[in-house]
Amino acid sequence: MTEKKMPLWEVFIRSRNGLAHQHCGSIHAPDAEMALIAARDVYTRRGEGLSIWVVPSAAIVASDPADKDMLFEPTASKVYRHPTFYEIPDEVGHM
Amino acid sequence: MSTPLFAYTLRLADDALVLGHRLSEWTSRAPTLEEEMALANIALDLIGQARVLYSYAGEVEGRGRSEDDLAYFRDEAAFGNLLVNELPNGDFAFTVVRQALVSAFMLPYWTALTGSRDATLAAIAAKAEKEVSYHLRHAAEWLVRLGDGTDESRRRSIAALEELWPWTGEMFEMPDDERALAEAGIAVDRAALKAEWSRTVDTILEEATLDRPRDGWMQTGGRRGVHTEHLGTMLAVMQSLARAHPGATW
Repeated sequence: MTEKKMPLWEVFIRSRNGLAHQHCGSIHAPDAEMALIAARDVYTRRGEGLSIWVVPSAAIVASDPADKDMLFEPTASKVYRHPTFYEIPDEVGHM
Repeated sequence: MSTPLFAYTLRLADDALVLGHRLSEWTSRAPTLEEEMALANIALDLIGQARVLYSYAGEVEGRGRSEDDLAYFRDEAAFGNLLVNELPNGDFAFTVVRQALVSAFMLPYWTALTGSRDATLAAIAAKAEKEVSYHLRHAAEWLVRLGDGTDESRRRSIAALEELWPWTGEMFEMPDDERALAEAGIAVDRAALKAEWSRTVDTILEEATLDRPRDGWMQTGGRRGVHTEHLGTMLAVMQSLARAHPGATW
């Protein structure tokens, strides 16, 4: 049972007060059930989690770092897209 | 003067501490980082159970002994833990098989103890029940994969199962003082849990494609302080720091 033979899984945790699952790291595990167990043991030791997702790392489709300028640079000059020009009434709560 | 409740609570604490310490010995030498943390987590659950049980035992005894006094300043013959818990870890299969066999018993045990007429024991049991549910799942999932895995993992699982089986009978023994406590609704009748333990173990072994060993002669003695040669050396390591530096704190 070596790590080399075990697939890699990405771990997403929904925290106690969080609304969405967030990526927190990766683990090695032979299959989905063991990946959930390993994710619980490695990433929820301090009461972080209420829910865990694990996804085979091989299933992640990633953008090409070489496309960075094309994809992300044009947004740098569009400051008006940040929701900082509005007063949000307290009654709205967390957005 | 040792009351039945003190002696009983102390045995429960010893069970948890000895197995917890054994699991902690995997730290720095587990097969993977993931298992290193999993085994340490389980060890910490068990040591946490031991702490509240020792504290309560000290309170019941009423002689001012703390959890540390009971854990670190009693000798081998005063420990009443199950022998199976003190056996050396062996290989990973041995550790997994032991954890599955013991957790398959401790889960219904704690569940039953949540109904204890002793409110403190019932509360300790309620916390331990959740922890042991996970210990059982972790060990059972591993055992299924080891038994039904490679030739080597299967061979090691069969060897561990055969070696551990004669140590399982002691889990169902009822010392006289414990029987009296069970009749008073404070402790739990261990023998009554055997059918459920058997069903749980059979289900895991079937999925793991492993044969259940035949019941034969069973080891006994731990409850009376008669231990294997392994407990003494384990305690020597575990207790050395507290004895060299009494009262040491973080």
